[in-house]
Amino acid sequence: MTLWTAIVLACAATYLTKLAGYAAPARWLQNPRMARVAGAITVALLSALTVMNTFAAGTALVLDARLAALGVAALALWLRLPFLLVVVLGAAAAGLVRWLG
Amino acid sequence: MNPSPPTLRPATWTPAIRMGLSIAAATGFYGISFGALAVAAGLTVWQAMALSLLMFTGGSQFAFIGVIAGGGAGSAAMGAAALLGVRNAVYGMQLNGMLAPTGWRKAVAAQLTIDESAATAAGQTAPDEQQRGFWTAGLGVFVLWNLFTLLGAVLGDALGDPRRWGLDGAAVAAFLALLWPRLKQREPVALAVVCGVVTALAVPLVPPGLPILLAAVVGAAWGWWVRSPDAPSVREEAAT
Repeated sequence: MTLWTAIVLACAATYLTKLAGYAAPARWLQNPRMARVAGAITVALLSALTVMNTFAAGTALVLDARLAALGVAALALWLRLPFLLVVVLGAAAAGLVRWLG
Repeated sequence: MNPSPPTLRPATWTPAIRMGLSIAAATGFYGISFGALAVAAGLTVWQAMALSLLMFTGGSQFAFIGVIAGGGAGSAAMGAAALLGVRNAVYGMQLNGMLAPTGWRKAVAAQLTIDESAATAAGQTAPDEQQRGFWTAGLGVFVLWNLFTLLGAVLGDALGDPRRWGLDGAAVAAFLALLWPRLKQREPVALAVVCGVVTALAVPLVPPGLPILLAAVVGAAWGWWVRSPDAPSVREEAAT
């Protein structure tokens, strides 16, 4: 599958998901299990993406400058800094560690 | 007042409009990081723009480029984006009950259904304020998110090697920042730790991209079977 095909199909899938919500019978909302599954999938995926982007290099696990980005971002979030600043500080930490190393 | 069509008459500067605009400003700007990370992941400026215009749900967009950046296949990126968009169906059901859009407005409302517009509408009590809140936040974020995606993609393209500028570190920080507001209770923290470990263990064993989908399966099973009072629910999510 080319990248463009994946983009178009993924966009179609997310739009149809949104539209399906508007088409679903209201009584489905009474089932809190639906909301729990959606919430748990969101947490699971974001955690997996964080771990993969920090430690994965292809199919190997490595410790590199990205670990500094993770630590600095966690500190920034704990200090309740805004999203953009957290991202900039993460980039700065990784860039600085590479520049020093 | 009857559920009015989405004609935003700025005659009244209502609380819902003010909230929608401030949320649009607060979140629209981080389209700049999405644009920069998308080109760092290997997408063209046009591909980054296609995701912001057509997909328009931040978490799914970050997931898509996150899988591509990790060397995953397009199909795995598609799967991760689609699964992260599942919560939008829950928002859609809630918003359909609140706003009752008809005809072409339903098609447009569906595309504008994201964390921020759902949260702004849900934060209002009067039906006409729910309408104003949803459409102000939805359209506001859409315009700013796309403008700043373009800016970020063009700037990122001009930067050259993204690793030299720590852009892979920016991706790490962005995902952690998206996850952070959902970790206010013990159970989502436990789920996040389990899924993080599953992902790390799976990375050397399966093709790139699949560890993320494996974590999604664990999350779905967790949501289906674990019944705890502080289980993560889309309803409690703060706007991200």
